[in-house]
Amino acid sequence: MKIAVIAVQGAFREHIAALKSLGAEAYEAKWARDLEGADGVIIPGGESTAIGKLMREYDMLEPVRELARAGKPIYGTCAGMIVLAKRIEGEDTTHLGLMDVTVRRNSFGRQRESFEAEIDIPAIGAPPFPAVFIRAPHIVSVGEGVEVLATYEDRIVAVRQGNLLATSFHPELTDDYRLHQYFLNMAQAPVAH
Amino acid sequence: MSNVGTDRVKRGMAEMQKGGVIMDVVNAEQAKIAEAAGAVAVMALERVPSDIRKAGGVARMADPTIVEEVMNAVSIPVMAKCRIGHIVEARILEAMGVDYIDESEVLTPADEKHHIDKTKFTVPFVCGARDLGEALRRIAEGASMIRTKGEPGTGNIVEAVRHQRMMQSAIRRVQAMSEDELYAEAKNLGAPYHLLKQVHDLGRLPVVNFAAGGVATPADAALMMELGSDGVFVGSGIFKSENPEKYARAIVQAVTHYQDYELLAHLSKNLGQAMSGIDLATLREEERMAVRGW
Repeated sequence: MKIAVIAVQGAFREHIAALKSLGAEAYEAKWARDLEGADGVIIPGGESTAIGKLMREYDMLEPVRELARAGKPIYGTCAGMIVLAKRIEGEDTTHLGLMDVTVRRNSFGRQRESFEAEIDIPAIGAPPFPAVFIRAPHIVSVGEGVEVLATYEDRIVAVRQGNLLATSFHPELTDDYRLHQYFLNMAQAPVAH
Repeated sequence: MSNVGTDRVKRGMAEMQKGGVIMDVVNAEQAKIAEAAGAVAVMALERVPSDIRKAGGVARMADPTIVEEVMNAVSIPVMAKCRIGHIVEARILEAMGVDYIDESEVLTPADEKHHIDKTKFTVPFVCGARDLGEALRRIAEGASMIRTKGEPGTGNIVEAVRHQRMMQSAIRRVQAMSEDELYAEAKNLGAPYHLLKQVHDLGRLPVVNFAAGGVATPADAALMMELGSDGVFVGSGIFKSENPEKYARAIVQAVTHYQDYELLAHLSKNLGQAMSGIDLATLREEERMAVRGW
């Protein structure tokens, strides 16, 4: 199984290491052509404005949308969640615009308010997940067909919509790879559209 | 139960900046240009380093009004500089909600013996280093990100190259050492053993390692990535060039695609005049910023 990790900016190396440790083939995608034949895509944490802008300039948005339409799993962490969202609060433009959610950027505050917390994610079972929130976004509202996987203090921080997965936090910064495994399981059992 | 200001949160913030460009700005307008060009963060300053050189005298933390103006103008992280050892400037910047503090040799040092104990802060710090020993001393004090010092405000990449070369070659040397050799090496470098052991095991610094000081062109930025930097700070190089928007966009792309030479050729075309450079041999010893800090 070949997972393309968008590598225009951000913490892509950590995602690749996590996927490889789970036995998947993972590689850096810097151009549209790198997305051909991918069985799944991860959009890492980083700066969503920079990642969105570069993906647009390198014509990577449409190939990712095509993979999504073909039922391949797409996972966005933090900035990646913003890139996936159909609506970004206070902004007219979106990036991939795939996931039927409204996100609020930097919703927990500035860097000094960034935090770690243990959160329950029933879909991956016990124990609680060590979630690292860095200038993190959260999901303000979800459309129909979006499953809320986790909340933190009443804010939605993990969601799934068919083959799309998004978290406000950064599993790639911990050594708990259960969410990466969950994502790989999605790739093995594609969701029909 | 949530924890703020942990190592993972502070270092993680820098991890998110990797492969990106952090640009010096002196007002809201420049900050917006930087953000639109794809900068991953901006450094809010009263003057860029080349103007600090020209102005002379004591260079201090920027007026908080400027930092606030920049913070209100953009949604990307905002960094700001305090003087080496100036605990109170750092506390002021932290209180204002700045996302990252650069304890910087570009400003006039406030303490000739002690850097700030950065472990006591919730906000993360970046510090300059010329070699591995200096980097590990800063990390021991709580720095969550390291950058080369380079020679800021000169548009001359030679010092940044020297520092990154020294860092990377020392890392390779340490990686090859036997575990018992690390004790003596820790003494040689003046670095804590436990951090040196991490370098030995990881084959890199335990925190993100950026290039800074003298980056003037897309090719300079790509060179620093080639030498193993995780990302690049550009100070005077953007807003002292003839066409800041073009330079900013070109340098962002050069960092992402630093090994794509055809693209770099394309990016380097018709950029207009780069910032004017300074031959370091013409600088007097007291004008050199890289030698500040220890």
